[in-house]
Amino acid sequence: MPEPLLRVDRVAKRFGGLLAVDQASFEAPAGRITALIGPNGAGKTTLFAIIAGFLRPTDGRVVYDGADITGLPPHRLARRGIARTFQIVQPFAGLTVRENIAVGAHLHHASRAEALAAAAAVARAVDLDGQLDKPAAALTVAGRKRLELARALAIEPRLLLLDEVLAGLNPSEVRDMLPVIRAIVARGVTIVMIEHVMQAVMSLAEHVFVLAEGRVIAAGAPREIAADPKVVEAYLGHGAAKRMSGGHGVSAPSPLVGEGRGGGSS
Amino acid sequence: MTAQTKSLLPILVAVALLAAVPLVTASNVVLNFLVVALLIALVGQGWNLLGGYGGQYSFGHAAFFGTGAYVVAILQVRYGLNAWPAFALGILAGAAVGGVIGALAFRSGLRGSYFALVTLAFAEVLRIVASVAPVTGAGVGTLIKLDLRWQALQFQSRVPFYYVILVLVALSLVLIHVVERSRFGAWLVAVRENEDAAAALGVDATLVKIGAMTLSAAITAAGGCFYAQYYLFIDAGIAYGPWISIEALLAPIVGGVGTVLGPLLGALVVKSLGEATKLVAGDAPGLDLVIYGSVLVLVVAFAPRGIAGLLTDLLRLRRRTRRAEAPAEAGRA
Repeated sequence: MPEPLLRVDRVAKRFGGLLAVDQASFEAPAGRITALIGPNGAGKTTLFAIIAGFLRPTDGRVVYDGADITGLPPHRLARRGIARTFQIVQPFAGLTVRENIAVGAHLHHASRAEALAAAAAVARAVDLDGQLDKPAAALTVAGRKRLELARALAIEPRLLLLDEVLAGLNPSEVRDMLPVIRAIVARGVTIVMIEHVMQAVMSLAEHVFVLAEGRVIAAGAPREIAADPKVVEAYLGHGAAKRMSGGHGVSAPSPLVGEGRGGGSS
Repeated sequence: MTAQTKSLLPILVAVALLAAVPLVTASNVVLNFLVVALLIALVGQGWNLLGGYGGQYSFGHAAFFGTGAYVVAILQVRYGLNAWPAFALGILAGAAVGGVIGALAFRSGLRGSYFALVTLAFAEVLRIVASVAPVTGAGVGTLIKLDLRWQALQFQSRVPFYYVILVLVALSLVLIHVVERSRFGAWLVAVRENEDAAAALGVDATLVKIGAMTLSAAITAAGGCFYAQYYLFIDAGIAYGPWISIEALLAPIVGGVGTVLGPLLGALVVKSLGEATKLVAGDAPGLDLVIYGSVLVLVVAFAPRGIAGLLTDLLRLRRRTRRAEAPAEAGRA
């Protein structure tokens, strides 16, 4: 087991009366893909925002590369090698694809020519090189997701936080994206990904953490996680696991009708 | 380097054309008109750096214009300093005021209309202070002693003045051109487009905006310094009055925000309109403001990227029709 590059230690975030993240802890080993899954509203994106410095946690700490980075501003973290993509894509709409990526490349390249060249190289890595001179606003959804990824890669990160880069893509676009992500890890980048596309999580991640109602409720290899009754319940509601495993049993007690997915507490 | 020279070409052409004007005409009316238009172009170029490239719409560039003007005047009148170093110090003082206001506004996270209001407030506070403080001559204003020698940066004829302001405008054009192709410029535009995304890419948005405001203030202050030398008189209403804040944003918005030549184009058009109004309607007070207001509404409604934007659209349209006629033609500038 390699040393964790990122360690989230009992992080909590409260928005007024809402506890969005509740004592969440997880680790991301260096050079691997770690996935963060969970139902909508579980606090995944909030946790990402805390790691990347966009939100300050109410409690707990974030350790990166052996140093406590809790509460540092995003640009400082980016300079230390933490890159993130946004779930809701945030292109520089008025700029071309090349210029978008070059903004990231400028972090390590002061000269414009070098930054533009680096941007073109990154675009090749994510198959955007055919659209370099298009305005970012003219890209398709899949193109915008790739642009998010390209921009993050352009800062030459050590840790890459991917927030649903596969959401909104059709199955063939997802299939095209998987090798791109694998190639990034092969270059030694550590990835933490929030993902709803389970097919991708199963095929990419080595370790999965499940977040529900702000807490980490399960952790393990993708196969184990998929079979964990707690996880099934978190997604489908209290009693769902039982229903599914005993669904065909004649004498199985009928689960309570109308108990939504709000349960899940254990 | 050929790409570099090619992109400098529009600037060179514009400056060369303007430089040739005194060779064609010696009319004081024409030269005076152009001096004022170029002064507005310079002041507007300062606004353009922060507003056009940085997306931070200031309503108080008078704060920098006035500081430049007062520093030039006061250093000469009260401290006997030569006009040339006073000019340089005026620019530096304007930059310092810009840096301080920028630091206060941006570090408190002010954006959009809140930023605009705060800049307006700073300019107004400075205007009121200047209208009562003894050092500025208070209500009477400050008169720079007439001394028509180049050593004192004063000239008998308008031609040298014209070239001084043209050189300043040319420098500002080259400066913006350099910024546009620098890392700082890329970061500044990124902050304009999306501050969060820029921060995620390692851009210190606050620092970039403060830097832009400092540079922007320096350019606008140079305009103030020139004003003081050209008219040899300033008071609080001239130096820190809202009129110059309005001119500063009108020129780039009409000409095309976030473009190198926008403020120059805009200043020439706006000033021409102002003169035309005077010819038609005489010197009715406030009429020029009515015209400015209407022009601003029309530009924002129909040409949000200003004249420069209209021109590029027209060029593209022509190219497209030409391409439709000759499908073999390829490539874009």
